[in-house]
Amino acid sequence: MSLRDALAIPSSQITDEAVYRERRRLLAAFALTPALGLSGCAEAEPPAPRSLPAASPEQMKAGFRTDEVLTRYEDITTYNNFYEFGTDKSDPSRAERTLRTSPWTVAVGGACAKPGKLSLEDLIKGLAPQERIYRLRCVEGWSMVIPWLGVPLADVLKRFEPTSKAKYVAFTTLADRKQMPGLAYPSINWPYREGLRIDEAMHPLTLLATGLYGKSLPQQNGAPLRLVVPWKYGFKSIKSIIAITFVERRPLTSWNDLQPSEYGFFSNVNPSVDHPRWSQKTERRIAGTGSKLFVDRIPTRLFNGYGDQVASLYAGMSLRLWF
Amino acid sequence: MIWAKLAVHALALTPAAILAWQIRSEVLTGSGGLGADPIAEIEHRLGLWALRLLMIALAVTPLRQLSGQPVLLRFRRLLGLYAFFYASLHLTAYLVLDLKGYWTQIFEEIAKRPYITVGFLAWLLLIPLAVTSTQGMMRRLGRRWGQLHQLVYAIAVLAVLHFWWLVKSDIREPLLYATILAVLLGWRVWRKVAEARLRRRAAAQ
Repeated sequence: MSLRDALAIPSSQITDEAVYRERRRLLAAFALTPALGLSGCAEAEPPAPRSLPAASPEQMKAGFRTDEVLTRYEDITTYNNFYEFGTDKSDPSRAERTLRTSPWTVAVGGACAKPGKLSLEDLIKGLAPQERIYRLRCVEGWSMVIPWLGVPLADVLKRFEPTSKAKYVAFTTLADRKQMPGLAYPSINWPYREGLRIDEAMHPLTLLATGLYGKSLPQQNGAPLRLVVPWKYGFKSIKSIIAITFVERRPLTSWNDLQPSEYGFFSNVNPSVDHPRWSQKTERRIAGTGSKLFVDRIPTRLFNGYGDQVASLYAGMSLRLWF
Repeated sequence: MIWAKLAVHALALTPAAILAWQIRSEVLTGSGGLGADPIAEIEHRLGLWALRLLMIALAVTPLRQLSGQPVLLRFRRLLGLYAFFYASLHLTAYLVLDLKGYWTQIFEEIAKRPYITVGFLAWLLLIPLAVTSTQGMMRRLGRRWGQLHQLVYAIAVLAVLHFWWLVKSDIREPLLYATILAVLLGWRVWRKVAEARLRRRAAAQ
């Protein structure tokens, strides 16, 4: 029995915040993540729930949590840009469960002392999953508030002992025609690639996510392992990662490769740098229950509101030039 | 004839009726089958139907010529007006639902974003056509009515461009409409060329 099954709650209930708060206590008790190979533990009597402490002021200050209204599980999992499964936002969730997420291996290599090809379990072994509640801002002008579960990318990367030549980190998504029907159409030069500067990758906010709302990641959200970089537009947060490489030069990234004038390498959320098709001044927040028909746009914040945490990474850089 | 017209009205109004029903349940329950971003879905769907009806209206002339059924012409104005109806709802949704609270952004959007510029221009050009669609106006304008209504070709090109420039990388859907438009306009060009050739041949004899 997988953890996902063990904790199955109808999505109608998952959307309810009270239920979710309750689940969080359970999750803490389970010390969950399927990646840790805990399948089976759910069959045992659950230990007495101990309450997960509410977000501490430190966590809030670090940007790890926000008290904004959460986006419903249903919305997070049915509105996805994951072109490997189709270019319509409903394609990835509608596609048959064709993605095989277990076993999953990740190749880590390049400028590091200890390269290797590891199972997902080994990759994050011993790292306790943390819950992070981040804002996600899409370049298309909508945003969500998502409770992720994952481990800081820095903790994973350090294990491979990157050398001084590691100036950037490159990521690659799985590209398997048998599992991903969208690959039949070259909307992107497959495989999907993304990259970060090493200091961005090592930033405490950068998360390798393995879960969502306390459950394992669904296929459409980048199962079983994806990046989350909350101060950048969503497309930087690459899904279903199979390779991580330390490199000396700025790596090729998919959207930048496709249209460099529209999608920069950095792609930091920035209300003063417009996209030719979408003003970035404001955004439509997809969150909460009830009708979203009459919600006002909200102003977009520089670095998606994570400026206190990340602005120093770009000190002295022109954000207009290096967008 | 009256039944045929009623059928066209019913068919043309169906997408709006479905959408209205979904909007109603969206307002009441928060899940009306319009997805996570209902505003974007409403805009997209209204725009698509405007484009579709425009294409159908443009298909009337070739269909009449192919079938030799002049009666088809009686539906052309109706279809064109429905295209204007959906285009106006599309614009209204953009202004009222999407830009709500940020109306000042509209001028900037029209000026700065090429896809919005051409979309808005297409809608503006539809206005004189809609206004002059009455029998009275047809009579009053005489020959110039036909000339004015040739604007529809430019409108259709702008509308397809509006769609094309909106997509990020997957051009298949706008490409489909561009192809349909190319066939519809290509047919007219081909007819004109063929007629000219016939006239030349007749003159030479």
